[in-house]
Amino acid sequence: MDQLWIDLAAVLAAASPLVIAAMGETLSERAGVINLSLDGTMLLAAMTGFAVALTTGNLLLGFAAAALVGAAVAAVLGLFSLTLGQSQTAVGFVLALLCTDLSSFLGAPFVRVPGPAVPFTPIPVLADVPVVGTLFFRHDPVIYASFLIIPATAYLLYGTRLGLIVRALGERPAAVYARGVDVTRWRYALLIAGGALVGIAGAAFSLDLKQGWSYRHTFGAGWIVLAIVIFGGWRPWRVALGCYLFAALEIVATRSQSALPNIPTQIVQVAPFVLMIFVLALVNLASSPAAMRRVATLPQIWQRPLLGAINRLRATAPAALGQPFERP
Amino acid sequence: MHIAVENLTKRFGPVCANDRLTVSFAAGQIHGVLGENGAGKSTLMKLLSGYIQPDEGRIVFNDAPRRLRGPGDALAAGVGMVQQEPLDIPAFTVLENLLCAAPPGVFRSRRAAQTALLELAGRLGFPVDPAARLDQLTIGQRQQVEIMRLLLCGAQVLILDEPTTGITAAQARALFAALRQIAAEGRTVLFVSHKLEEVAELCHTVTVLRNGHVVPPGQLPMPQPQEYLLSLMFGESGAAPPIYRPLPAIDAPPVWELRHVTARSGALHLVDLNHRFAAGRIIGLAGLDGSGQQVLLRLLAGQQAPDHGQVLVNGRDLTGAGSIAFRQAGVEYLPADRLHDGMIGALSLADHFALLQRNGLLVDRRRAEELARQAIAEYQIKATPVTPIASLSGGNQQRAMLALIPSTARGILAEQPTRGLDVASARAIWSRLQARRDDGCCIIFSSPDLDEIMEYSDEVIVCFAGRIGPPIPRALLSASRLAELIGGVGFDALVDVVR
Repeated sequence: MDQLWIDLAAVLAAASPLVIAAMGETLSERAGVINLSLDGTMLLAAMTGFAVALTTGNLLLGFAAAALVGAAVAAVLGLFSLTLGQSQTAVGFVLALLCTDLSSFLGAPFVRVPGPAVPFTPIPVLADVPVVGTLFFRHDPVIYASFLIIPATAYLLYGTRLGLIVRALGERPAAVYARGVDVTRWRYALLIAGGALVGIAGAAFSLDLKQGWSYRHTFGAGWIVLAIVIFGGWRPWRVALGCYLFAALEIVATRSQSALPNIPTQIVQVAPFVLMIFVLALVNLASSPAAMRRVATLPQIWQRPLLGAINRLRATAPAALGQPFERP
Repeated sequence: MHIAVENLTKRFGPVCANDRLTVSFAAGQIHGVLGENGAGKSTLMKLLSGYIQPDEGRIVFNDAPRRLRGPGDALAAGVGMVQQEPLDIPAFTVLENLLCAAPPGVFRSRRAAQTALLELAGRLGFPVDPAARLDQLTIGQRQQVEIMRLLLCGAQVLILDEPTTGITAAQARALFAALRQIAAEGRTVLFVSHKLEEVAELCHTVTVLRNGHVVPPGQLPMPQPQEYLLSLMFGESGAAPPIYRPLPAIDAPPVWELRHVTARSGALHLVDLNHRFAAGRIIGLAGLDGSGQQVLLRLLAGQQAPDHGQVLVNGRDLTGAGSIAFRQAGVEYLPADRLHDGMIGALSLADHFALLQRNGLLVDRRRAEELARQAIAEYQIKATPVTPIASLSGGNQQRAMLALIPSTARGILAEQPTRGLDVASARAIWSRLQARRDDGCCIIFSSPDLDEIMEYSDEVIVCFAGRIGPPIPRALLSASRLAELIGGVGFDALVDVVR
């Protein structure tokens, strides 16, 4: 039984960079901007964070540099899409490719160099509580931060007036403009804040969970985060759940490799991605119009609980996601 | 608040939308602003509410000149504008929408905002549920919410742009009562419209715009003779009212026949419909928003299959055959949302004719453009064969949609055929539809505008809460009786008489 809790704690830890990046992306997409450069940004920030921490010997400086890289890439995306009115997806995709290659090129001197890492810091007293202690309080500061950022994002979006503006920016920017808010400036702010979080997530890989630097260090985690944000319906708790599910699948895949040595490693590496898309698609299929019609043919007693469940699963994109804002 | 404009000028390229306008609006009154589409009404209102900035001239609030850099500035100065489609956030609840980006210090808490909203709603007579999502509400209800939001955010001047478009007669009555109350409390109301009857009923003064000028300069006190206002709006010509000619009731074969049809849409159930819709007449569907008119139109267009019963077109059973089979049988459907459901905005009229070509792999572009040119000449559409539909005005889009209907059509279903059109365009559309009727078409249309129903229908069908009444010859119906029936008064008796 104890092994189960230890495994679950490992899942929570492994998902921490995904959670941080996903919350950053959720913020900027809620404000209506798709930051498609996410995977490239994470790689470039992971490399920069590691290099800075290694050369200065200061972990905090490493994270700060990573956040700065994330913010800078987001600002470039903002310049082209928000100010110059180019397509967010096209610019973001090009930035993703550019940053990936930049990270390989600039990071060459740091490949497989041993470097600093975030220290394990169990929280006194709490860490000794059975189960809960194992799950939540025997980690390091990055993982604690990933726990806190989920309720913080949810509270920001749903509990504050700032959150109302953020959500409105993604739903109907013209309405926010009519209320006297500078849409472009606010979208910049959220895009850059989200980008900084994505950068920190990159450093969480290179300085914590997958310590060091190597070619394609994050192995496409950024792309899966983009998918998780979409299938998670842009809602923080559901998005976080998606991240944990993916981390669990990855751990199961690694375990199965030792149990079934005949399977090629490539399959093991790719399997979580395929499974994840499959699971997420199933979840969203349940709320499709076709499924609704099927439900409508069932007896009344079944309809009500089913419809309730479907309504909970349903996720609609922010109405103005990815669209340029023009003053009415 | 007293507002005035002096020598206000706004140009869009070579077009002078507002040409040295000077006019003032006193506090505590409802001011009508009349003019056909393109006369410069919207430009003036957008200038007053900060959405656009003037090229010359100035805006004066309570004798102090103000520069408005955006709608936020205008609201802070006390001017709020209700757009035709309210600028709210559909995914939000009424309360969230109210709190979103509200001026600092207006609402101290969620609870305070809710209390203030309910208090104001009570005073204005608007029913409101603070927890309802806006995308579940009708345009009329969203408009009420928007009015209350602007007032709570401190608007002393309320500008309404064509507020009665797309709302029901009952909602319009509630709106008028509320606007009177708002003016009585000392605020200024600017009521922009092209409907003379509404301005006559509601407004204390009227300002008529034509081609960017105020004609005659300054405001006119109401009431004014209708013919005089029409001549101001359209110039001396063009104001000829339509001549109503009741058709002799012909016993024509039915275009559509419904037999024991049951259908539903959302919470609305239509049960056991038995109707025959005869050729050679215009049938108006009257009723509150969502009383079953749209479901009926969709049933007749084959866009929705009935749960039970049969739908016959020209005597052939097409139950469940799909809208393509209905079109082949000569049924055409003109949706209310022209650009969303009706036409493809990025394509031109010639492209649309090309889409109708059914033979071969290649497009016969020459033939398509020739048809488009004919349609443009015949329907007086202001466009070239290659102009994208989206860049046409609403009236021209509607004419283009009519032009695309093949002459073989036997039945035309039109949902709010003149929505958002000015008087002249609406008349042009109706003269086309009447010509189709005289050729033997059966035309069924729905409209929230009772005057339109009374003016153009040969027969009227009242829909009430999913029940479809029997056709009543127009000659036997008065406007007040129709209004009662829509509200359900005497509806049962009407149905019983026919049974």
